[in-house]
Amino acid sequence: MGMVRESQFHVLAVDDSHLDRKMIERLLQKSSCQVTTVDTGSKALEFLGLRESNDPNALETHQQEVEINLIITDYCMPGMTGYDLLKKVKESAAFRSIPVVIMSSENVPARISRCLEEGAEEFFLKPVKLADVTKLKPHMMKTKLKKEGEKPSEEENATLKPEESLVVEMILPLNQELELEQKEPMLSSNKRKAMEEVISADRSRPKYNDITTSA
Amino acid sequence: MQRQVALIKQSLFDQGYLDEQFVELEELQDDANPNFVEEVATLYFKDSARLISNIEQALERGSFDFNRLDNYMHQFKGSSTSIGASKVKTECTMFREYCRVGNAEVFSLFRTCDECRCLRTFKQLKKEHATLRKKLEQYFQASK
Repeated sequence: MGMVRESQFHVLAVDDSHLDRKMIERLLQKSSCQVTTVDTGSKALEFLGLRESNDPNALETHQQEVEINLIITDYCMPGMTGYDLLKKVKESAAFRSIPVVIMSSENVPARISRCLEEGAEEFFLKPVKLADVTKLKPHMMKTKLKKEGEKPSEEENATLKPEESLVVEMILPLNQELELEQKEPMLSSNKRKAMEEVISADRSRPKYNDITTSA
Repeated sequence: MQRQVALIKQSLFDQGYLDEQFVELEELQDDANPNFVEEVATLYFKDSARLISNIEQALERGSFDFNRLDNYMHQFKGSSTSIGASKVKTECTMFREYCRVGNAEVFSLFRTCDECRCLRTFKQLKKEHATLRKKLEQYFQASK
């Protein structure tokens, strides 16, 4: 039996526009996330702990300084674009499990599909709204649960590989609503309790009540 | 004073200077961040002043570098969208469209027309921008 720990998610936000950085930071804070903002893709990689060695194609992994639950990045940036950053993250063994979300002010279908194909979880059109940010919780939740799932547990005998889907067991407080993306369960489902299936579509949802840790 | 605040705000919306994105900004303001909207507005006007200056310099040079101009306008449009500056955003979009057309234009005479349109649009943009700035300054002043 697992209880979802009410600890804060830490998001790394990347945008070359000062104004947009301020916006996304506030949006994420309002959604009870801890936020770190940087203005370039290279600084983002540096923050993660990926440093370029002498070979520009090989990124050495140094010890990750901070645990990041999600990266949200602007697409159009000078130098390393959001797409480039996405690729580098997904190519890295240490960080490919971190969900990446792309933001863009331009609605270019080819761009959107390219990003999603490369592994981006979501593509937000700017201006990003609070309703968009609440969509991020399930993605971040997955990584936290994955980490918990990988810890040795007397109840679960099967080893969970990153590619395998996760059967999630949660006890949800009655006054909170949580939506999860449901993948096909590989383990038996008789331990599943309350879970809601999400078909991601544009729909208005009730205002999300933040999970906050007591100070 | 409250009535004045409401009036200024209403006129900004009625006249199309601001759109619903501004309301989104206000919803992000709370007791912990009581000046968020004003801070964002300050950032915006600082950014846009720089962009206007860059664009003016680029236009003064005589030869239209549509790519460079489009790049500046892309940034301008982006920040205008983020703050909900509707009229300014529209002018940015038009300017970019003239840049796009002008860039592809082979006939120099037609290209000159596009350049004229850019200049006219830019003039209008500066006017809208200045009005927005003044009205928002009044709004924030009245809100204190």
